[in-house]
Amino acid sequence: MIRLLGVSKRYPGGRDAVKNIDLGIARGEFVLLTGHSGAGKSTLLELMAGIERPTTGSVTVSGQNLGRLSRAALPFLRRRLGLVFQDHKLLFDRNVYDNVALPLRIAGFASADIPKRVGAALERVGLGGREKHDPVGLSGGEQQRVCIARAIVHRPTVVLADEPTANLDDAYAREIVTLFRHLHEAGVTLVVSTHSIGAFGGANARQVELRAGEMTNPQGART
Amino acid sequence: MKNWLREHGLAMRDALVRLGRHFVATILNLLVIGIALSLPLALYIVLENVSAFSQQAAAEPQLTLFLRSDADQGDAQSMEARLKSHPAAARVQFITKDRALANLEKSAGLSGVVEELGSNPLPDAFVVTGHPDQAEALESLRADAAKWAKVDHAQLDTVWARQVEAALRAGRATVAALGLLLGIALVAITFNTIRLQILNRREEIEVSKLIGATNGFIRRPFLYLGALQGLMGGGIAWGLVLLAVNALERELGVAVSLVSPSGHLATLGLPETAALAGLATMLGWLGAWLSVSLHLRRFEPA
Repeated sequence: MIRLLGVSKRYPGGRDAVKNIDLGIARGEFVLLTGHSGAGKSTLLELMAGIERPTTGSVTVSGQNLGRLSRAALPFLRRRLGLVFQDHKLLFDRNVYDNVALPLRIAGFASADIPKRVGAALERVGLGGREKHDPVGLSGGEQQRVCIARAIVHRPTVVLADEPTANLDDAYAREIVTLFRHLHEAGVTLVVSTHSIGAFGGANARQVELRAGEMTNPQGART
Repeated sequence: MKNWLREHGLAMRDALVRLGRHFVATILNLLVIGIALSLPLALYIVLENVSAFSQQAAAEPQLTLFLRSDADQGDAQSMEARLKSHPAAARVQFITKDRALANLEKSAGLSGVVEELGSNPLPDAFVVTGHPDQAEALESLRADAAKWAKVDHAQLDTVWARQVEAALRAGRATVAALGLLLGIALVAITFNTIRLQILNRREEIEVSKLIGATNGFIRRPFLYLGALQGLMGGGIAWGLVLLAVNALERELGVAVSLVSPSGHLATLGLPETAALAGLATMLGWLGAWLSVSLHLRRFEPA
C-alpha cells in the first residue's frame, strides 16, 4: 500500500529530517510511528501524503510513485487519503458541518450525498447532531474528532494521522485511540505518529521507532 | 458537465456571499471602480454627441455667398445660373436681404433693434447646398466665387466641421489613453482586493490544498469575485453616466435640439452597455487572476 525506499529529506539549511528510510506498509495495517519530538515522524507522514518531496529515494502510495507525479496530479492523490493533523486545522469561520463537508466539496461529490456522508462521519466519531456547532465552542478532544470526521468522510483507504492525541488529556486521548481501533477494524490502513506510545497500548499496531531521522528497528521495516 | 456547472455555481455563490459579508468595503470598492470607469465613459458620451452634431452639419456641406450691396437683380440671375450649372451644387437658394431680415427678427426676437437701425444692414445671399461627398468640389467653387466681382464674401460651412472632426480625433485618442489608464487602475484595485481576500482566507486555502484542492478549485471563487466586482463597478459607472446625461439635458433645455434633432443627447446604447459590462468584467477577472496566480504560489503544499 505504502512503500518508502532509501528515503531521505534534507531541508534548506542542511538539516536532515529523515535519513535512508526503508519502510513498507501493507493494506489494512496499523502502523505507529514513534519517537521524540524532532525524530522525523511528521516529515515521514508529509512525505507519504506528497506534502513534501524526498531529497533522495522514492515514496510509492497505492502503486503511484509520488516523485513521478506532476504537481497538478498530487491533489488528486491527496483526495484518496485521510489526513489528521496535530493542530486539527479546522476552519473557525465555519460550523462543524462545513468543516467536515470540505473534502467532499473539493472532490466534487453530488450535493445530495454530502449531508448523508457528513452525518455518518460525525456519528462515527460520536458527534452526531453537532453539525451546526461552531468548532471554537468544542473541547480539544471534540475538535480532534471533527478533524478525524473530516479525514474519513470521503471513506479513504489510507489515513495518516500526525500526533492525534497530543495536547489531549487521558480521557480524550482514549476516545481518539478507540476511534482509530474501529477504523483499523473496518479495514482502513492507518499510519499514526505519536510520542506517547502508552496511549495506544491496546491497539494492535506495528511500531516503527525513529530517532534523529533514522529507524531504530530496521528489522521492522517489512519492505 | 453537471458537476462543472455545479462547481462554478458554488464558486459564484461563494463570491457573492463574500461581497455581501464585507458590505461597506464592497460598496466603497465598487464606487472607486465605478467612478474610475465613468470618467472615460462620460468623455466618450460627450465626444459621441459632438461627433453626431458635426457629422450632421458636415453631411450636407453648405456654401454661402454674400453679395455686395451694389449687386442688382441681373447680377443675381447670372450668378444663380453659374451656380446651378456647377457639378458640386445640389441645390441653390437665393435669400434676399428682406427675407434674411425677416428670418433674423423671427428667430432672434430682434424686431425692436432692427427698427431702430432705420435700414436693413444685411446683404442678399446665395446658399449652395453641396452633395454629401463633394466637399472638396464645393471648396473649389468657394475659391472661384470669392473672386467674382459682385461677391463680397464666400463662406464654406464645412470648415468648422472639419476642425471639430480634428478635435474629435484628438478627443478619441484621449479617451483611449484615459480608458487604458483607468482600466489598469481597475485591474490594480481588483488585484489588491483579491490579495487581501487571499490573506484573510489563508488558513482555508492551506487546509484545502492539504486535503486535495487543486489550484483551479481555489482560484475559482476569487476569479468570480474579481469579475463580479468589475461588472458591478461597470454598472455603477453606467448609472453615473446616465444620471449625468439626464442632468445635462435638463440644464441645456432647448439647446439640446440644436445638437440632436431628437431633442435628446446620445447616451449608451445596448452595444455600448454590453461592451462596458464585458470589458469591466474582463478587467476585474484579469486583476483577480493575476493576484491569485501570484499569491497562491506562496502557499504550501505546491
